[in-house]
Amino acid sequence: MDSLADLGTMPAVEPMEPTPYRVTHSRRETVDVTTLTLVPVAAGLASVLPGQYLMVWAFGVGEIPISVSRTLPTGEVLLTVRAVGATSTAVVGTTVGDVLGLRGPFGTAWPLAAAAGRDLVVVAGGLGLAPLRMAIDAQVAQDPTRLSVVVGAREQPQLLYADDLQRWTAAGARVHLTVDAAGRSWHGAVGTTTAVLERLAERHEMAFVCGPELMMTSGARAVVGCGVQPSDIWVSLERNMHCGIGHCGRCQLGSQLLCRDGAVVRWDHVERLLEVRGR
Amino acid sequence: MTGSHAPVAVRLDPRVGLDALVRLLAADGYRVLGPVVRNGVVEYDDVMSGDDLPTGVTVEQAPGRWRLHHDDSGLRFAWTPGAESWKRYVFPARQEVLRIRRTDGSFAVTRPAPPERPFAFLAVRDCELRALAVLDRVELDPSHPDPRYAQRRAGTFIVAVTCGTPAATCWCTSMGGGPQPGTGYDVRITEAADHHGHRLVAEAGSERGAQVLIRLAATAVDEHDLAAVRSVAEAATQSMGVRLDGAALPTLLADADDSPHWQVVAERCLSCGNCTMVCPTCFCSTFSDHTALTSDGSAVVETVREQSWASCFQLDHSALGGRAVRATTADRYRQWLTHKLATWQEQFGTTGCVGCGRCTVWCPAGIDIVQEAAALVAERARLNSAGDFRT
Ligand SMILES: Cc1cc2nc3c(=O)[nH]c(=O)nc-3n(C[C@H](O)[C@H](O)[C@H](O)COP(=O)(O)OP(=O)(O)OC[C@H]3O[C@@H](n4cnc5c(N)ncnc54)[C@H](O)[C@@H]3O)c2cc1C
Ligand code: SF4
Repeated sequence: MDSLADLGTMPAVEPMEPTPYRVTHSRRETVDVTTLTLVPVAAGLASVLPGQYLMVWAFGVGEIPISVSRTLPTGEVLLTVRAVGATSTAVVGTTVGDVLGLRGPFGTAWPLAAAAGRDLVVVAGGLGLAPLRMAIDAQVAQDPTRLSVVVGAREQPQLLYADDLQRWTAAGARVHLTVDAAGRSWHGAVGTTTAVLERLAERHEMAFVCGPELMMTSGARAVVGCGVQPSDIWVSLERNMHCGIGHCGRCQLGSQLLCRDGAVVRWDHVERLLEVRGR
Repeated sequence: MTGSHAPVAVRLDPRVGLDALVRLLAADGYRVLGPVVRNGVVEYDDVMSGDDLPTGVTVEQAPGRWRLHHDDSGLRFAWTPGAESWKRYVFPARQEVLRIRRTDGSFAVTRPAPPERPFAFLAVRDCELRALAVLDRVELDPSHPDPRYAQRRAGTFIVAVTCGTPAATCWCTSMGGGPQPGTGYDVRITEAADHHGHRLVAEAGSERGAQVLIRLAATAVDEHDLAAVRSVAEAATQSMGVRLDGAALPTLLADADDSPHWQVVAERCLSCGNCTMVCPTCFCSTFSDHTALTSDGSAVVETVREQSWASCFQLDHSALGGRAVRATTADRYRQWLTHKLATWQEQFGTTGCVGCGRCTVWCPAGIDIVQEAAALVAERARLNSAGDFRT
């Protein structure tokens, strides 16, 4: 019976198995957002493309999808996490030396090759800057003068990555910051990223947008107003995800399994679906 | 399963021959699973002998209704399947995925042992066979095959059976199938009871199927047996008709998202999820970690990761940021129906529905997926002919 022999030659990889990573650095970004630097305890995961995410597992608590906000040449991954529920709070609460389990990388990437040589606008709302940071870094290294970055946050203390924002500006990128509510020390723009895009009325050829879903919808429409074709706009969508590999069925948006076909998707592929309430 | 095999076909006695087949497969090292009557339904479970399989059992099926009847016909395969499908064995409702133990400064992972024996599935209907193929496409997707599914599925010996008496709720003929399995089996049994007698015609569909039949040392079939196989299949097919153009559903339902009909169904749907639990292809699942408390309050040392069936009718299935994306019953019924009949095609290259009718039969509200799909298709056609084209 040849079939019994088959049992021994089945796929050896268990996609649900986390790989241990140790926290080497923890940096408080805002009151509830922390960036962790993690290094593999033994062998690490495959290399990460800008926009991809990992499943992050805290022992005895649970596992959640988190975007990679940076990788270092020495193998570290950086994750920027907001404490909202049990698992994210446990992840944010780890200290140097603690071990987390990582799986991935999963999902699609920002199409940087297609952005080469074109005017790119990157629009980020709140924590949406985290999955965009690697893409901005790459574009700044390539062609900073053809890059605009519009970053919105609720209030000034919620603005992430102050040193990166400065570095991108110094390199020649146009970085525009805006807040919903201005404190005394804020002298910049007030209002939504959409309002900034409309006011600047810059011309662009391509756009990457990430933030709360409503912000992405209005942001994508605003960049259409800046001359970008809907097929050249990319957004990163968030849905419930348990597996990262299209096996748990939770992240569906019409015919897309966003864990696998996203999270980065072309705007014209999802615009209509996002208009349908409860889809 | 190899394609080049001698056309082996034998005639089996409905009692003695079936029993010999069960025992031979068990002796060959398979875990033999087949239909048994238990708790008033047909379930699939371990069988030790041919007598464990139903005799003189028929089933009445209607929306929200499944009833077992006994008669003295002596027929072995006149029943139709119950709520349970073979999915239960290749993709259990609850399974251990991993065990993770804290070690000094890190953690170590162990995986569950693979099954000791391959399965032999006995009396696999055409819809069930296609459901396994649909599930294979999801779970054995080349980029991320599920190793636990692969291990359970490896080497499965399939004894298929032709449906002589399809139920009123069966609609496989609309979904690319029919009462007679055409491919993907090792042995196919067709039960014939005519003036040439009551017998099981067993035909090989693979080399190892042929070997099994040869070793049964049964009588070779004659032309009456083969004619009976054809007429059983033809009569069953004709009794069913075609209720919907299944292949066209992804297109026909593509612009149905805004239909008012979802709300019409939602008035009756209980959002109970029965339809998804009995579906032989539904794969949605929950991955969760289970950690026992330590008695002395010391740090937990081991956690078990489990996978269990989930349903798109559960509110937390689409939970996001403290609320549910698919918040209403209409949202969830739309997700269920369009996934099964339309969007699955683009996701996995097959339909998500094989037309077994279980979701209709086991729905406590008696909601018939075929009727609802037909209503949506008719509504789309009306809107399109009225000139309300969407782009
Ligand atoms: C592809 C992808 C990438 C992601 N990347 C990141 C990332 O880089 N960084 C990051 O921090 N998160 C990211 N997320 C989101 C992150 O996965 C969730 O925040 C996380 O799953 C929450 O899990 P939890 O166990 O902490 O909370 P849960 O217990 O699952 O749920 C959160 C609970 O907190 C409350 N809650 C959560 N969010 C909100 C809200 N917005 N408003 C009100 N109440 C709320 C609710 O009570 C809810 O029940 C990403 C998600 C996806 C799908
Ligand atoms: S269709 Fe029927 S079985 Fe499915 S969730 Fe609604 S009431 Fe339950």
